[in-house]
Amino acid sequence: MMQFMLLFSRQGKLRLQKWYVAHPDKLKKKITRELITTVLARKPKMCSFLEWKDVKIVYKRYASLYFCCAMEQEDNELLTLELIHRYVELLDKYFGSVCELDIIFNFEKAYFILDELVLGGELQETSKKNVLKAIAAQDLLQEEETPQGFFEDHGLG
Amino acid sequence: MPAVRGDGMRGLAVFISDIRNCKSKEAEIKRINKELANIRSKFKGDKTLDGYQKKKYVCKLLFIFLLGHDIDFGHMEAVNLLSSNKYSEKQIGYLFISVLVNTNSDLIKLIIQSIKNDLQSRNPIHVNLALQCIANIGSKDMAEAFGTEIPKLLVSGDTMDVVKQSAALCLLRLFRKSPEIIPGGEWTSRIIHLLNDPHMGVVTAATSLIDALVKKNPEEYKGCVTLAVARLSRIVTASYTDLQDYTYYFVPAPWLSVKLLRLLQNYTPPSEEPGVRGRLSECLETIFNKAQEPPKSKKVQHSNAKNAVLFEAISLIIHNDSEPNLLVRACNQLGQFLSNRETNLRYLALESMCHLATSEFSHEAVKKHQEVVILSMKMEKDVSVRQQAVDLLYAMCDKTNAEEIVQEMLAYLETADYSIREEMVLKVAILAEKYATDFTWYVDVILNLIRIAGDYVSEEVWYRVIQIVINREEVQGYAAKTVFEALQAPTCHENMVKVGGYILGEFGNLIAGDTRSSPQVQFELLHSKYHLCSAATRALLLSTYIKLVNLFPEIKNRVQEVFRADSNLRSSDVELQQRASEYLQLSIVASADVLATVLEEMPAFPERESSILAVLKKKKPGRIPDDVRESKSPQPTAAPTAVINSTNNTNSSSADLLGLSTPPGTTAPATGNGLLDVLGDLYTAPKISPSTVQQNNIKKFLFKNNGVLFENDLIQIGVKSEYRQNLGRIGLFYGNKTQFPIQNVRPELHWTDLHKLNVQMKPMEPVLEAGAQIQQMLTAECIEDFVDAPSMSVSFVYNNVPQKITMKLPLTLNKFFEPTEMNGESFFARWKNLGGEQQRAQKIFKAQGSIDIPATRTKLAGFGMQLLDGIDPNPDNFVCAGIVHTRVQQVGCLMRLEPNKQAQMFRLTVRSSKETVSHEICNLLADQF
Repeated sequence: MMQFMLLFSRQGKLRLQKWYVAHPDKLKKKITRELITTVLARKPKMCSFLEWKDVKIVYKRYASLYFCCAMEQEDNELLTLELIHRYVELLDKYFGSVCELDIIFNFEKAYFILDELVLGGELQETSKKNVLKAIAAQDLLQEEETPQGFFEDHGLG
Repeated sequence: MPAVRGDGMRGLAVFISDIRNCKSKEAEIKRINKELANIRSKFKGDKTLDGYQKKKYVCKLLFIFLLGHDIDFGHMEAVNLLSSNKYSEKQIGYLFISVLVNTNSDLIKLIIQSIKNDLQSRNPIHVNLALQCIANIGSKDMAEAFGTEIPKLLVSGDTMDVVKQSAALCLLRLFRKSPEIIPGGEWTSRIIHLLNDPHMGVVTAATSLIDALVKKNPEEYKGCVTLAVARLSRIVTASYTDLQDYTYYFVPAPWLSVKLLRLLQNYTPPSEEPGVRGRLSECLETIFNKAQEPPKSKKVQHSNAKNAVLFEAISLIIHNDSEPNLLVRACNQLGQFLSNRETNLRYLALESMCHLATSEFSHEAVKKHQEVVILSMKMEKDVSVRQQAVDLLYAMCDKTNAEEIVQEMLAYLETADYSIREEMVLKVAILAEKYATDFTWYVDVILNLIRIAGDYVSEEVWYRVIQIVINREEVQGYAAKTVFEALQAPTCHENMVKVGGYILGEFGNLIAGDTRSSPQVQFELLHSKYHLCSAATRALLLSTYIKLVNLFPEIKNRVQEVFRADSNLRSSDVELQQRASEYLQLSIVASADVLATVLEEMPAFPERESSILAVLKKKKPGRIPDDVRESKSPQPTAAPTAVINSTNNTNSSSADLLGLSTPPGTTAPATGNGLLDVLGDLYTAPKISPSTVQQNNIKKFLFKNNGVLFENDLIQIGVKSEYRQNLGRIGLFYGNKTQFPIQNVRPELHWTDLHKLNVQMKPMEPVLEAGAQIQQMLTAECIEDFVDAPSMSVSFVYNNVPQKITMKLPLTLNKFFEPTEMNGESFFARWKNLGGEQQRAQKIFKAQGSIDIPATRTKLAGFGMQLLDGIDPNPDNFVCAGIVHTRVQQVGCLMRLEPNKQAQMFRLTVRSSKETVSHEICNLLADQF
């Protein structure tokens, strides 16, 4: 089971965090800080897996962004790496060659896509088509709703 | 600013841009605070916000949270969004809740209600939102609320596939919180049959659930084995076009394959159904065959997915440990990976081989790769890979290759990364001990270890070499000679001095015949290191010196000179001072016979599992093969007969000369006045073990006001109190001994006699940070005399596990004593006056040990009454006087305690103006001496 997933930049800025185990906020912050430091200190050719405290960390860097998952001992490392890749593919497909900025400005979408792929720390749906279908259905629902903020956002509200 | 998809919130995008444009951290914080103030005022304002605005602000809060700031409001607005009829608002509400609401929030009832409504929705997208929320933050409350509905949803024929997927994982979450919600019975078979579902996504999600259910109740779900094997077989034999979108880079359904292989690892090989077993073997063979096929794509995703399945198949083969062919085949396959150019594969191959090395079928096959593994240890660029290589060498070691492997590990240790040195030292020490056929080799290895990596040689390691030398006569002379030589190095590690000191003290005589290592030379060599060593080592050396006096009477004068030196006899270190003065006296007073008896050679340690192995197991639980081949070496159980003890030495700390009997890891933190020790044991990350609760001994607090009231692995509670008249102030000090916060700390008093004793507890912080100590004040007022003492329970949550401890407060009637001086005359006058049946209480009880007059005196002095000397004609008897202060009255009280040394009994008499007081004081004091 995945315990948490973190997305952070090369500068160590957290871009997304998803926790599947309940920790107090303080502990989450501590783990995040320590893990980011640990991962950033590693060299490019190093192995993508590391034993860290009582979890197995699987991480991969895509352009300026690190994707980092904490797994339990018996979880399969290579497939976790591919789960990260599948997530990146989904983001890429959805945003159209995704970059860090897309995730910053649309973090909520990044969450929604992740929720379709992984649920409660377990893989839910591996088909790219099915995940994108689900997200498209959500977007469709939204578009049917009138954008109420139009006036306010243009200083007319 | 990139294009915003869906219904973008312009205000949010502007805010994010603002933050990104901030030039400094301060500017960013300023901008955030401004926004927080704005949102707060919008939420508080009279103008009702519409859904869109709420959504936008909630989203901003989420973003601020992501930046690492704490968010302490907005939860209610987010909950409001849940009931919006606009999907986008609902979705943001759920997002906020799953990211920011913790499971014991007050809002949970409202959230549960909204989820209920959405689960009823006819729109599957709404249903899924609700299910996802449960899967993300599901708690016991939610398990209660949805425990009947979701299992039904999962197996109902009407449920859409996408909803089934979410429902399966949602139920998994609830099952982890409350295992009892799983219905069982007919439902079991329906859930198992989800493995046959035509929709691969449903099977993928359901397999995770079934895996968890199986772990809890393997027997009930046994039927899943046949189905899982059948499903796996269909996947591995499928061509990559068969499974369409579930094929990942030409690999058919890798995730589902791995989950199924994992599921099968919960069972032993299906032996009663040979058909199933055969089919599984075929699957595994197919997976191996495919691994040998030329790759269908050059992409790393292809090989990763393919190898992920392969590694999981190998895990299953290792788990089953029953098919020698497959095990050897696995080993060959992994051997190929050892020289693959992908670091990840090398890492995993080393890890997996470690497990193969523990199987008798494949141990030999693993050994064939020894050369490559040694190279990995030396050459890999990544320390985590080197670490795996070390682990594998350790696992593949046996009698035939031990010398070589130990040699290589020792050589590598000279340059090894600091992060893995300590563990390597332990491993080398264990291997050397386990496979030593010649113990001189073992001694050499350990001394080399100390030489190469002295700082990383933990105490257990050098304790161990001493234990072994003491138990093996054949190696003692060699050990003495070798340490003697090692000590001649111009610089040598303190651990070497310790080992050298101990061994020469025991066996120096074995090499004394050689003039190069004559008694004088031995002594001066050791003593030349003395001044460079820590106090603990010096203490050990002093013991060595007195032992040398016994072995070699000719150096007695020289040794006495050292004992007499101011730096020892008047050392500021009390232990050194004591040893120096006691050993000096011993050497002066005792005859040669007495010396020889007192300082005779240490007896053999009892044989047991190696204590170093225990340390390694603790460091790396689960990674040390458990099949530790017979261990022929000793470990101390009880203290080695503390030789010096027989000289009637009352100081217990010098009883056990080296403290060899207690592994340092388990040394209990000093108790006694332990408030300062609260932080002492921070680094031994305790496991929660409510059963090891160390009960508080309330009785000792009869005689003192301060001390440790309660202590276990997690928490220490200390008390400090003071009393005046009928009032008391009690400070409780809660210390967190762990590295994690202790939460929801809730102390509660249980005391019904409030009309007699009124105790008020000040509120305290509910969170006890790691290593921190907080104080709580209690005030007490004695209204009327009372019996016994109030109880207190402290409940808290550690690592999500609720804990509760109960104890008595050290608040007894005697705390309200005022001591009263009086002369003999008035004492006897009062004593007589209080002679009535209603005023007296008397008890006769057996002494706890032998009667100790000074100790009794000390205790009584702490009890609260005035000890009156020179009143009782018998000087061994104690008489005391005091006044108990209560709000309603003051009660004068006299006491007499008569020890009877012959009978080892005490007679206790208490007289006071109130019967209940006499009895309570008598009860409190009885059996305490």
